[in-house]
Amino acid sequence: MKPPPFGYVAATSVEEALDALAEHGDEAKLLAGGQSLVPLLAFRLARPSVLVDLNGVDGLDGAALEDGTLVLGATARERTVERLPGLAERCRMIVEAIAHIGHVAIRNRGTVGGSLVHADPAAEWPALAVALDAELDATSKRGTRTIPAQEFFVSYFTTSLEPDEVLTRIRVPLPNGRSGSAFLELARRHGDFALAGVGAHVTLTADGTASDVRLGLIGVGDRPVRASGAEAALRGRIPDEEAVAEAAEAVAGEIEPTGDIHASADYRRHLATVLTRRAVTAAVERAGGGAHAGAA
Amino acid sequence: MRERRELALRVNGEDRRGSAEPRTTLADFLRDELGLTGTHLGCEHGVCGACTILVDGRSARSCLMLAVQAEGHELTTVEGLAPADGPLHPIQEAFAEKHGLQCGFCTPGFLLSVHELLAENPDPDENEIRERLSGNICRCTGYHNIVQSVLYAAELLRSAPVA
Repeated sequence: MKPPPFGYVAATSVEEALDALAEHGDEAKLLAGGQSLVPLLAFRLARPSVLVDLNGVDGLDGAALEDGTLVLGATARERTVERLPGLAERCRMIVEAIAHIGHVAIRNRGTVGGSLVHADPAAEWPALAVALDAELDATSKRGTRTIPAQEFFVSYFTTSLEPDEVLTRIRVPLPNGRSGSAFLELARRHGDFALAGVGAHVTLTADGTASDVRLGLIGVGDRPVRASGAEAALRGRIPDEEAVAEAAEAVAGEIEPTGDIHASADYRRHLATVLTRRAVTAAVERAGGGAHAGAA
Repeated sequence: MRERRELALRVNGEDRRGSAEPRTTLADFLRDELGLTGTHLGCEHGVCGACTILVDGRSARSCLMLAVQAEGHELTTVEGLAPADGPLHPIQEAFAEKHGLQCGFCTPGFLLSVHELLAENPDPDENEIRERLSGNICRCTGYHNIVQSVLYAAELLRSAPVA
């Protein structure tokens, strides 16, 4: 339960971090909040020869709403984003999802970028990123490229980042208009990894038709899942009970959950449909639509 | 020969120095290098909450930070809640009064988590208390008396705030 020996570089700029990566290659590992990496070190499941600490990189931990886009530095703390003024009013699913991440002491240290690059398929940030079409900036000595969230997640704990790249910035465009969102998940205990979870965002037209639907799921595959089939099933329709139920059923065909000691594959699929129905219903209600609007 | 780093940090209002290998957790540094053994280690991988301290005023698992990361930061451990020869902090007093501990192993982590909670919200309801303390595991009490202790601590602090 003690980490093996390693070297340590406290980077004060992205350039210093890139220099350290260039020097140590794949023997180096970037350290952000450490809430996943340090346990892996303690279990000796990760054995890097050098840790490159990003916590001292000036200006990398920013979090702000800029013209309807949530702009985050890679080391923005989850707790900072959770409490960002105006964010809950603008996009409730983000704040609701963060509240499921571990506990306050974890979120005080844990970073958005760390969660994204760790790419645990049961983690919340990856699903938020794919549901909201976040853009991720990857910086290397070759320059900075922008990776769409849906191309970022490859498989379990695997992203499309190259070994010489550092995730530096995340931009989450927040949908405009008459919209609502919700994030629901089920875990055995509060703060544990989700058995399954769903983030839903719905935008309605003036007559209550769903014009834009976003669904991101966790815990049901080797990476976060964007349920585009279920989204299409709902788009252009009044999201009444029947339409929402159909979309939720469509989710079952878009996921390939695996069973483990915590839940069987069938149970996870069942949870995904139930949680999708509830999350979409809540999102529609928050957008001021659904059963009430349909009856009007 | 393993490299050791010199560290300077502030702990419980005092400037402290010490040295640590990069792999040494902040929890082990506090206990073994600074002699502050009030910070307890249960699981050593961020699950049990016993090692919770405040880093720059915010709760953190000291087993999930490296000692070298604390350079220049300000920490509060359980030893910093009340003077060694003075009265208990109201949160400690409340835990003693309401039987919020039995063996006491998990208590330092609870006290610091509660300290952060009550600084943010001086009047939390029972649900908020239970959710906030869900990251601190106690195997003795069943939590009922811990929740009662926090409600009582909040009451004490509202009537006589501590700086």
